[in-house]
Amino acid sequence: MTPLKVTIIASLASVIMLGVVFELIRRKRLRERYALIWILTGVVLLVLALWRRGLNTLASWVGIKTYPPSVLIAAILLFVLALLLQFSIVLSRLSEQNTTLAQKLALLETAMLEREQKEAAGEEPG
Amino acid sequence: MRPEPEHLELALPPEIARMRRLAIMPAFNEEGSIGAVIDEIRAFDPDLKIVVVDDGSGDRTSEIARSRGVHVVTLPFNLGIGAAVQTGFRFARANNFDLAVQIDADGQHDPGELPAVLAPLLAGEADFVVGSRFTGDRAFRSSFVRRLGIRLFALIVSAIARQRLTDTTSGFRAVNRRGIALFAADYPHDYPEVETTVMVVKHRLRVKEVPVRMRERASGRSSITALRSVYYIFKVLLALFIDLFRSNDVPVEDA
Repeated sequence: MTPLKVTIIASLASVIMLGVVFELIRRKRLRERYALIWILTGVVLLVLALWRRGLNTLASWVGIKTYPPSVLIAAILLFVLALLLQFSIVLSRLSEQNTTLAQKLALLETAMLEREQKEAAGEEPG
Repeated sequence: MRPEPEHLELALPPEIARMRRLAIMPAFNEEGSIGAVIDEIRAFDPDLKIVVVDDGSGDRTSEIARSRGVHVVTLPFNLGIGAAVQTGFRFARANNFDLAVQIDADGQHDPGELPAVLAPLLAGEADFVVGSRFTGDRAFRSSFVRRLGIRLFALIVSAIARQRLTDTTSGFRAVNRRGIALFAADYPHDYPEVETTVMVVKHRLRVKEVPVRMRERASGRSSITALRSVYYIFKVLLALFIDLFRSNDVPVEDA
């Protein structure tokens, strides 16, 4: 059984985390689609904090007998890896969009400059 | 008005002269060579339009190119060779060109080889032509490791294309309208040459290699340094492997 003090502190920490995520969404600093995974994390942490036998029960389900908290560490590791992969996906998409934007901007700029030149000189560049 | 191109008839057959053709010249810090390369192409084929894609150079590349009166597209920051070349193809599509040929700004591609590279497109024998350094009897000197890497890619790509291809890393290449449409829509990033060849084959465009003579670089250094070549080889191998599991995502319009 987890000591009561730990339960209280862990619950508080989870609630604070959920509050921070909520506030970030409210201020539009965090988009809902990326926030979902953080809300899920906060809820899972809160459940584990309040459900005082939870960790032991979960550990016994996956067959860990010697050190129940390792199930928590494994879960966190998986979560972090999933999040990093998500970041890589978002980065790839952003850099793709960035490239396309830069290309279009440069092509538009060229078209604009050439049009100005043509109007000024009445002659076609080439 | 430009002076009458008196040397044109010895260089270009009349069917080339009719087509709207564009030279795409990606350039990154090539102020030392780009002016001379443009002049040389002009002297050889005055009706070949040139678009210089300045890939975020820190030097006077754009300025020098603009002073020669060619089209200049200046990218706001360095996007890498793939995106720079694709910008050229997007320019070609937007301006309705019939042919586009990619020429390096460092002077290693000889404009005298242009008719050889363009001929299969004009004859309707191919949609994509690569000026190869290895076919034919014209030798090309390169370091052993680079030759080995190039050979390895050639083996793999030949197997995928079911056609003997010897130089898949050459940057001297030309496409017709179908090729322009494909490359404008989709083009690989970092080291695009090998991948584009596979892309072209998978989209059922016809590939042809012609032997060309290449020269030493007029200035600047190859972008492929020793350390990068390791990344280069693995990146291209990964891309080739993944390409096998990819369906065509760009519909190719009829020429």
